[in-house]
Amino acid sequence: MNHNPLQWGRPSNDTYGQYNHNIANASVREADHQSLDSFPKMNTQQPIITGTSVIALKFKDGIIMAADNLGSYGSLLRFNNIERLIKVGSETIVGVSGDISDLQQIERILDELETTEEVYDNDGGHNLRAPHVHEYLSRVLYNRRSKMNPLWNAIIVGGFNDDKTPFLRYIDLLGVTYGSSTLATGFGSHLAIPLLRQLIPYDVDYVKVTEEEARKAVENSMRVLFYRDARAADKYSVVTIKKSEDDPSSYTFTHEKDLRVQNQSWKFAKDIRGYGSKQQ
Amino acid sequence: MNGISVDINHLKKGEVNLGTSIMAVKFKDGVILGADSRTTTGSYIANRVTDKLTQIHDTIYCCRSGSAADTQAVADMVKYYLQIYASQLPFDEKPTTEVAANVFQEICYNNKDNLSAGIICAGYDSKNKGSVYSIPIGGSIHKQDYAIAGSGSTFIYGWCNENFKQEMEQDECVAFIKTALSEAIKWDGSSGGLIRMVILTEKGVERKVFYPEDYQK
Repeated sequence: MNHNPLQWGRPSNDTYGQYNHNIANASVREADHQSLDSFPKMNTQQPIITGTSVIALKFKDGIIMAADNLGSYGSLLRFNNIERLIKVGSETIVGVSGDISDLQQIERILDELETTEEVYDNDGGHNLRAPHVHEYLSRVLYNRRSKMNPLWNAIIVGGFNDDKTPFLRYIDLLGVTYGSSTLATGFGSHLAIPLLRQLIPYDVDYVKVTEEEARKAVENSMRVLFYRDARAADKYSVVTIKKSEDDPSSYTFTHEKDLRVQNQSWKFAKDIRGYGSKQQ
Repeated sequence: MNGISVDINHLKKGEVNLGTSIMAVKFKDGVILGADSRTTTGSYIANRVTDKLTQIHDTIYCCRSGSAADTQAVADMVKYYLQIYASQLPFDEKPTTEVAANVFQEICYNNKDNLSAGIICAGYDSKNKGSVYSIPIGGSIHKQDYAIAGSGSTFIYGWCNENFKQEMEQDECVAFIKTALSEAIKWDGSSGGLIRMVILTEKGVERKVFYPEDYQK
């Protein structure tokens, strides 16, 4: 009987043996001088420059995704020009939150994927689409976590399935994935999801939502996030991928930059004085 | 796991932080206090329209930074002491800013182990005109011509040093504070919202508010 409360509910050493701390340094390759020198040795890190929420939803004709342009260094709002929505191929968008250096690494990984899988079309007639990009990133992130060397991000991939229905799915640093008609990372999952779900209470009902309604929901959510997230900025980008009006078999990809949060409500505060007791 | 580790410097569970940009500046006719309006719990903005400029007496105010609970409690205590002190003065005499600041200092110093409060006490009295006193975390007291404090102040030390002038006019001083706090808010995630100001002169108290559309460049 274990009397130490700190050990209750935890795997016991009798069953699994003593915890091997070398797992932090684990690597798939052989531990010979050649590979040890060539492969940089990193361990489970901490995020340094970070991006906050990414929000996305499906609508009748496609996908809308938004993310602000801020790279925070702790509480310092260090960089205001970070683009966190990455275009892959012609019809997929990848929104990344979390560590910015890992975001840039993901950009390089996706660029290489585009090169090998799209331009040099290997298997005739198949294009790189959102479900493929998602599955690939999901494998990358899960394998990195299993080596205790994660890419410290939470990612949303948006686009279309092969059957032309909208695709929207999430992956994070642990390799967890899930899909819904409304998705968000970070603060967005607490503040934006309830607002987006007011528009789409049941996942299947995204087909009833127009582009204007979806756009309004995104703008409203970005405003709420700016009000309430201390690591959010009011400048953001929005990507819309939808079926073209004239040609339903092709897609239009619109990437709007330098948008600002509008219609902010602050004027009500001028009459607020003090915090409780009588004050002038 | 080797034992339990506790970060005693961290805020207590549920405690709310005035991660902040505050300042007070002496000018020709008196003193102006300025502050942002953001209160955070971690990175959640618990209150985006906070009033951090608290009245201690008729023309003595303070700017609060650090723990919201601690600074409210201390300010309430100082207000109480000043009320009793004022009642014992001759009929037409008012308490000086110096007295208020020293009451702050005594409380903050003697309870330094249990408090997380960075306060700027500023006011106008007819004897000394405008004065500004800084009472940082340890409970020391510093009389200054202008004072900046809070997490956002770190970003404007250089600018304020270069741009502060003695004996500014009221409009000049308002512009000085507005620009300084605008920069602090721009860089500090723990500061934001409105810029509130309180102008203290022989005429009494005047409150001003500036919205993001006014101060954001």
